[in-house]
Amino acid sequence: MSATVEAPVAFARGADAEKLIEVVGVSRRFAKRLDFAGKIAAKLGAPLRDEVVHAVDKVDLTIRRGEVVGLVGESGCGKSTLGRMVAGIMPPSDGAILWKGQDRTGLHGKEARAAMLQAQMIFQDPMSSLNPRLKVAEIIGEAPLFHGLTTRAGFSAYVDEQMRRAGLDPAFKARYPHQFSGGQRQRIGIARALAVQPEFLVCDESVAALDVSIQAQVLNLFMRLRQELNLTYLFISHDLGVVEHLSDRVVIMYLGRVVEEAPTETVFARANHPYTQSLLSAVPKIEARKKAFATVKGEIPSPLNPPAGCHFHPRCPHAFDRCRVEIPALQEVAPGHRSRCHLNDLPNHGGQPV
Amino acid sequence: MQPNIPASAAPPTLQVRNLRTHFFTRAGVVPAVNDVSLNVGRGKVLGLVGESGSGKTVTGFSIMRLVDEPGRIVGGEILFGGRDLAKASEEEMRQLRGNRVAMIFQDPMMTLNPVLRIDTQMIETMQAHRKISHEDARQRARDTLGMVGIPSPDERLKSYPHQFSGGMRQRVAIAIALLHEPELIVADEPTTALDVTIQGQILAEVQKLAATTGTSIIWITHDLSVVAGLADDIAVMYAGEIAEYGAVDDVLDHPLHPYTHGLLGSVPSRNKRGQPLLQIPGMTPSLLNLPAGCPFRTRCPRAAEVCVQSPPMAEILPAHEARCFRPHLENAGVAA
Amino acid sequence: MSATTAGDAPVAKAPRVETPFRRFVSEFFESKIATGALVVFSVIVLVAIFAPLISPQNPYDLAQLDIMDGRLEPGSRNGADTMTYWLGTDDQGRDMLSGIMYGLRISLIVGAGSAIAAALVGASLGMLAAYAGGRTDTVIMRLVDLQLSFPTILSALMILAFLGKGIMNVVLALIVVEWAYYARTVRGTALVERRREYIEAAQCLALPTRRIIFRHLLPNCMPPLIVVGTIQIARAIALEATLSFLGLGVPITEPSLGLLIANGYEYMLSGKYWISFYPGIALLVTIVSINLVGDHLRDVLNPRLKK
Repeated sequence: MSATVEAPVAFARGADAEKLIEVVGVSRRFAKRLDFAGKIAAKLGAPLRDEVVHAVDKVDLTIRRGEVVGLVGESGCGKSTLGRMVAGIMPPSDGAILWKGQDRTGLHGKEARAAMLQAQMIFQDPMSSLNPRLKVAEIIGEAPLFHGLTTRAGFSAYVDEQMRRAGLDPAFKARYPHQFSGGQRQRIGIARALAVQPEFLVCDESVAALDVSIQAQVLNLFMRLRQELNLTYLFISHDLGVVEHLSDRVVIMYLGRVVEEAPTETVFARANHPYTQSLLSAVPKIEARKKAFATVKGEIPSPLNPPAGCHFHPRCPHAFDRCRVEIPALQEVAPGHRSRCHLNDLPNHGGQPV
Repeated sequence: MQPNIPASAAPPTLQVRNLRTHFFTRAGVVPAVNDVSLNVGRGKVLGLVGESGSGKTVTGFSIMRLVDEPGRIVGGEILFGGRDLAKASEEEMRQLRGNRVAMIFQDPMMTLNPVLRIDTQMIETMQAHRKISHEDARQRARDTLGMVGIPSPDERLKSYPHQFSGGMRQRVAIAIALLHEPELIVADEPTTALDVTIQGQILAEVQKLAATTGTSIIWITHDLSVVAGLADDIAVMYAGEIAEYGAVDDVLDHPLHPYTHGLLGSVPSRNKRGQPLLQIPGMTPSLLNLPAGCPFRTRCPRAAEVCVQSPPMAEILPAHEARCFRPHLENAGVAA
Repeated sequence: MSATTAGDAPVAKAPRVETPFRRFVSEFFESKIATGALVVFSVIVLVAIFAPLISPQNPYDLAQLDIMDGRLEPGSRNGADTMTYWLGTDDQGRDMLSGIMYGLRISLIVGAGSAIAAALVGASLGMLAAYAGGRTDTVIMRLVDLQLSFPTILSALMILAFLGKGIMNVVLALIVVEWAYYARTVRGTALVERRREYIEAAQCLALPTRRIIFRHLLPNCMPPLIVVGTIQIARAIALEATLSFLGLGVPITEPSLGLLIANGYEYMLSGKYWISFYPGIALLVTIVSINLVGDHLRDVLNPRLKK
């Protein structure tokens, strides 16, 4: 039998805890510029132009110490891009990411490295996130040794400890990644991230590639580590069930913009934004037998060419004229509950969906 | 229609009896499908659920006779339309596939040819199996695209596969599977790669189709919540065997097999928020190196000495089978 | 009970650690043809290395050659009746067997030397192009295009016409015409590998760029580099033979296989086939065996061809 599962995690982390990360007006654009031949073709009248994708569009987000923030959205919503910017491996095009109130872009050398280590990432694909040519001990121990968190003499014991903490048998540390199962590989990724003693983890679809029973093991591990190490998480997932289970607060993105943000209970009980509502109704549930699957009409538009106004208006059942021209503001509809929808400005709407 | 027809009265569309498919690899013989029996009635949806390596996909491929070397069907019967597909010739299978039985894959590009227009592909598929005029075939293609919820099918017929989004491509693949109004469709994780809202749309279409056309569907998936909303019956596979088999409500509300029980407990939305999930310890054993007796024994909280014997598939409750010596009878609210 | 290690999972039997290298080796030797080719190639390499010890004669020592023994048939005895010319002699009275052994030496040194040097140059530039991107990438890759669009033999001829004869100049010419293949291969692989999550993970772990390139990126770009390298060795040997045949390669006093063939060419039609024939066979066997090894390496190292 595996280790017994721990006592329930206390969720009451004060809303007034220290702000660990502040994302202020952050945007990220990816441009595909025309090459020389393309430019000539465009001059000659070919329908070619530079293509710019607004992967993340002016996002504000605050993560407090000890919190688990769930970031939800479908493909093309920019959740992974935002996660990479928060983890510090991708610079934003605009805006700033503050770490404990401080902008890290000005740091250099040792200070910059120390700041990088504070935020670590757990990736989606347990195979491609591990270097296939290194042994597990090297994968886990390389960075701590390089940054002086352990010594050559203490290396072996340090790696053993990291492996044990992630639920791996240190006897296997001389093996290569391909010799492990998917769940174990994900544990190696977790051990690698935790080995540099971060305060904050960005989990990008970290359990999406795992089987249900293995997924449960890894989610339990995340919850246990949160308790043991007082970690803060940004948990990115398309799976609302997983996010609901783990998060204190949920942020929902659609085509680069945050459309709703609220404490988890609120989102699942009183979703305000029509997109959130349709997302919730589209999720299959075990309790819902032979149910008629609710359908949101239409497809997710291409991020290359998003609709004007509110990005969701072509699929929204409540869309009216204003939605087609004006971008709604992300405004507070209840304490701690923000939503980006014009419906909230209508009289007699009372912040609730029609 | 009479209510309460006994299962034996109307012969099911598909009957699989003791199917065994093995892979003869360098490392040894892999029993990917081991003694699998199931029935799919007319217009019914069977959810075939399991984790990776459980044999669910190989079962589907075996029924379609699409198992490649080094895999081989080594035993059992696949009774469909009065014949045994396990023994049918390649030529017979070619006639059946895409005509009376069809398959939908996780990746729609398995069905679609990237360099041909949708109309060409659909019309050629139809003309390959029956005599039909170009115009009629075109009409039928258009109708089928409309049936799976593709807007303005007339224009879309002239498109190439890459001009469709992932969800639309899967709809086209489903439309191609439906062209000949097959009696049976085997769908292998067709919505797994899709976004939630798009998956919802496709599931809704499939639900409508099953109800209106009388096509039987085997829906292969790892996601219990998808089959909960879609299927009539569920077969849960583990390590090449069916662990539990019964009606959706019976299996999901009163799971008998400890594996089904654990699987349901692992689903986050079924647990109290923030509480540790009920997890199945360990990992799926390699099919090359299965424990003797019940393959789930090493991970099972209820395992006992008797489990070193292989448990037979038994009808533990009426129309609810499980392959277990120590089923969760207390869940079913019945005395053992 | 055996002592259990920490952790609660049942400790599986710890078999020999299956390293990626061991797996690769065992897969390589599954092919009989490739194994045979590797054996043949190894024999050729050994013969070339130990030529001074095993060859009947030093064909480069003009004092040992007797012009009176010129163009003798295979199996003839020499004038002094001290040795047999098993493969005959050329027009200088050089023992063909010894000439081939020494010629292989030159061919292999030129081939392997130029291939390794070209690989170093090409791989570095390719890696730089992939990692730096932007203008650096454009400049390097246009240079590659330019190089590849030019007929190889023509550029080599021009370089040699400019530099003059000599082994070092041949090697130099081969490096110039071959680096582009390596650069293109490495850049392509590196661009794919760079997008893998383990590179992002290394960045997240604040490892320096140099370390990421050499410890994480480069080792994962090696398989295609090895394959191209093998094929390019064979190409370089053939190219050197061609250049020598055309009289622009190695000096006449130290003939390589190509020059031996050229020397016998004029006697081909007068029935003295052996002067060109046996060096030709040696060249053919060498190139074919390298290519067979290279082809199979590609199959084993390319994950897309795996089942």
